[in-house]
Amino acid sequence: MSTELAQLLERVRALFEDVDFTAVREWKAEGADRKAVGHMPIYVPRELIHASGMLPVGVLGGGDRLEIIRGDAYFQSYICHIPRSTIEMALTGRLDALDGMLFPSICDVIRNLSGMWRLLFPDRYVRYVDVPQNFSPDVGGAFWRQELEQLLDDFAGLSGRAADQEALRRSIAVYNENRREIGALYEARSHEPWVYPASELYLVVRAGNVLPPEEHTELVRSYRQLAAAEDRHEQDLSRVVVVGTFCEQPPLGLLLTLERAGCSIVDDDLLLGQRWLTDDVSEVGDPIEALATAYLECSCQTASVYQPEGRRGAWLVESVRRNQAEGVIFCAPSFCDPALLEQPMLVDALAAAGIPHTQFKYAENTGQFAAIREQAGTFSDSIRLWSDA
Amino acid sequence: MSPETGAPPREIPKERSMLLQKEMIAGHYQDLASAPETGRKVVYTFVPGNLTELMRSFDVLPVLPEINALQSGMRKLSGDYISEAEKQGHSEDVCTYVKCDIGMLKQGNVGPTGQPLPEPDLLLLSYTGCFTFMKWFELLRQEYDCPVAMLHVPYQADGTIHDHHRAYVVEQLESEIIPKLEQVTGQQFDEDRLRAELELSAVAEDDLVWVLESAKNVPSPIDAYFGGVYYIGPMFTAFRGTQEGVDYYRTLRAEIEERLAAGRGPITPDGELEEERYRLVLEGPPNWTSFRDFWRMFSEEGAVVVASSYTKVGGLYDRGFRHDPSRPLETLADYCMGCYTNLGLPSRVDLIADYIREYRADGFMINSVKSCNSFSVGQLLMLRQLEERTGVPGGFIESDLVDPRYFSAANIKNRIESYLQMLEQKRGTAA
Ligand code: SF4
Ligand code: SF4
Repeated sequence: MSTELAQLLERVRALFEDVDFTAVREWKAEGADRKAVGHMPIYVPRELIHASGMLPVGVLGGGDRLEIIRGDAYFQSYICHIPRSTIEMALTGRLDALDGMLFPSICDVIRNLSGMWRLLFPDRYVRYVDVPQNFSPDVGGAFWRQELEQLLDDFAGLSGRAADQEALRRSIAVYNENRREIGALYEARSHEPWVYPASELYLVVRAGNVLPPEEHTELVRSYRQLAAAEDRHEQDLSRVVVVGTFCEQPPLGLLLTLERAGCSIVDDDLLLGQRWLTDDVSEVGDPIEALATAYLECSCQTASVYQPEGRRGAWLVESVRRNQAEGVIFCAPSFCDPALLEQPMLVDALAAAGIPHTQFKYAENTGQFAAIREQAGTFSDSIRLWSDA
Repeated sequence: MSPETGAPPREIPKERSMLLQKEMIAGHYQDLASAPETGRKVVYTFVPGNLTELMRSFDVLPVLPEINALQSGMRKLSGDYISEAEKQGHSEDVCTYVKCDIGMLKQGNVGPTGQPLPEPDLLLLSYTGCFTFMKWFELLRQEYDCPVAMLHVPYQADGTIHDHHRAYVVEQLESEIIPKLEQVTGQQFDEDRLRAELELSAVAEDDLVWVLESAKNVPSPIDAYFGGVYYIGPMFTAFRGTQEGVDYYRTLRAEIEERLAAGRGPITPDGELEEERYRLVLEGPPNWTSFRDFWRMFSEEGAVVVASSYTKVGGLYDRGFRHDPSRPLETLADYCMGCYTNLGLPSRVDLIADYIREYRADGFMINSVKSCNSFSVGQLLMLRQLEERTGVPGGFIESDLVDPRYFSAANIKNRIESYLQMLEQKRGTAA
C-alpha cells in the first residue's frame, strides 16, 4: 500500500475512533465565533447549517468504542443502542463542542430522544426536524419550505450570521459536489469492489460527519485515486447489497467479518444521510425552493420515507440489478422498528424477483462475530453455487 | 366536592352505560359484518388522530386495527396471532399490535364478535404520533387491493401547534383525504353534515370530561385507567359525531353523578371498591392479555387510578380541546396534532405533573410496554423528572400490550405491592 493511502486510511480511522469529536473542537478553536451543530442519522439540510457559517456534525452513536456507564439507565432493555451511546456522549461532555442538536424524523426513538434532550439540556438549542411525508409541492412542499425557513432563522440566531441567498447557493454547490464525489466512489466500488473494500470506503465516507464538506470532498477524491492506483487483485467474492444499516451503524468489525466471509458489498444504506439526495440540488434561483424540491423529488428510498405508490422493495431489487449483486444481506440493529417492520415487505419483493437473501441483527457495540461469519459464509457459498449453476 | 354542580342524578338502571356500550359495539360489528351485502364502505384507520366525524359524513364504517388487537389480547387470542406473524417472518422485536393484526388477518380476519371483518375500501393512514402506523399500513396494503390515503400529522415537539402545521394538515385533508373518501364512496363532501357531527362530538366530549374529572373528588367515584379505558371506548372509536355517542356519555355521566352523590367508590373486577387507600396517576398503556389480573393488583390494595395519560391517546379533551363546528377542517387538524402520543416528552411530563397536583395523587406509576417506542422511549427520564418536580415517588413496571410472553404476573404484582408499601411508609413518616 502506498504511504499516502496508508496515511489517509490512518487519518480516517483515527477520526472514526475518536468519540470526543476532537476534529470538531479543533475546527472551532480556529476562530472565536465558530459554531457547530450536531444531527442524528439520516437527512437534515446540512446546507443551511453550512451557509450560516457553522459546521454540521453527524452524531452516529458511540459504536463499540464507548463504554456505556450512564446511558443504560435511561433506556429499557428493548430499545436499540444508539440512543444510549448518544446520551452517554452528551452526559460525559463529549458533545459539548456542539452548539445545537437536530433530531431528524426517522423513528419514535429519535423523536422521543429530541424530547429527552430538551429535558436534560434546557439551555441548548435542539430541534426535531419533521420532514414531510406528503410529496406534493403545494402541500408537503409548502410545509417543508416553512420548516426550512424556520431552521434558517434559528441558525441565524445561533451563529449570529444570517445566511443570504448567495451563501445558500454556495453551500448547495459545496454539498452537491460532496454527494457527487461520494456517488463516484460508490460507482467505482460497484465496478471493482476489490479495489475499494467496504471497511475502507466506510471510514472514508464517514469522515464527512466531522470534517468540513470541502475538505471531505477532497479526501474522498484522493482516496478514490489512491486506491485505484493500488495493485489490488480481483477476488472471487459474492456480490451483496447490505440493507438496514441506515441509522445505528454496525461495528467496523461486522463489515470486516462480511468481507472475510466472502461477501463483497457493492451497495449499502450505511451513512445514508450523506447520500440522501439522488440528484443535484439546483444552484440557481431560490435556494430554499431548490432544497425543498430536491427533498420531494430526489429523496432516496428507505424505511422512514412513505412510499405513496406502494412499491416497497422495488428500489432494493433495482439496486441489486444495477450493481449486479447476487444477494441481499438484511443487517438491522436489534429493536429497530423501521428496519425490521419493513423487512418482510422487502423479502417479498426479493422473493418475487428470485433474489437470495439472509438476515441477522446487530448492535453498534456487538463484539462477537463468529455466528455472523458463519452465516454470511454459508450465504456467500450458496449464492456462488447458485450463480455457477 | 364535585368539580361541576349539575342537576340531581336521574334514576337509571345500574350500569346502564355498560349495557349501552355493549349494544353499540355489537351493532357496529354487525354493520361491519353485513357491509358486503349492504354495500357500505369500510375504512381502516388508527385511534390517535382518527377522523371519525369526517368518515361518518361519508357514511363509511371505521375499523380500528389497534382495537381489534387489544380485543384479541383480552380474548387470549393474541399469543397465537403473534406467533403466526413471527412464523411469516415478522421480527420478535417489533410492535405486537402489528403482529397481532397480521396474524389475525392470516387466520381469517375474524373480529371480536366472531364474525369476519370486511376488507377495507380505503386505508386511511393517519400518521399521528407513531412511525409504526406507516409501516403497518404499508404491510396491509400488500394484502388488500385498495387505495391508501396518507395524512401526515406534524409532531408537537415544542408543544405548540404552529399555523403552518395546521395549514399543512388542512391542505392534506382537502387534497388527499376528502378526494379519496369521495372517490371510494361516490359521495360529495358535505361540510354541513360534518359540522352537525362535530357539534354532537363536542356535547359528548363535555360529558366525558366531566366523568374523567370526577376523579378529583376524594374518594374518587371512578378508576380513570382500568375503568377509564371503557369510558373512552365510544369516544375514541366509531361513535364520535353520533347521537348514540351523545346518549352514551349522558348516561355514563348520570351514573357517575349518582355514584358520587352516594359516596360510592369505583367498580373493580370484584365489585365496588370500599376503601380508597392510594390515589395514583398512571402513564403508559395497560396490558390487555391479563387485564383483569393487572387491575386486581391495584384494586385489591385499594389503589385507585385518578388520572392517566393512556386515556388521552385519542384526544386531550380535559385540557380544553373540543371539536369546533365553526372551523371544521381546522378543528380536525388541531385534534390530530393534540393527541397525547403526538406530544413531545416535555409536554407529557408537564401534563402528568399537573395531574399529580390537580388530582391530589399519592404517587404515580409507569407501565412501560415493550411494543411501543412511541410511549416507552424516555419514560425512565420522565420518572426522574416527575419525582423531582412533584416530590411524589414514582413506580416503574414493564409489560406488553398483547404479547402474553411479556406479562410476568408475579414480578409485576411484587413491584406494585412494594411500591404501595413504600407509599404507606412515607405516609406514616409524614404523619
Ligand atoms: S436504530 Fe432504528 S429504532 Fe433505533 S433510533 Fe435508529 S431508526 Fe430508530
Ligand atoms: S408502536 Fe405504539 S402507538 Fe405505534 S402502533 Fe404500536 S402500540 Fe400503537
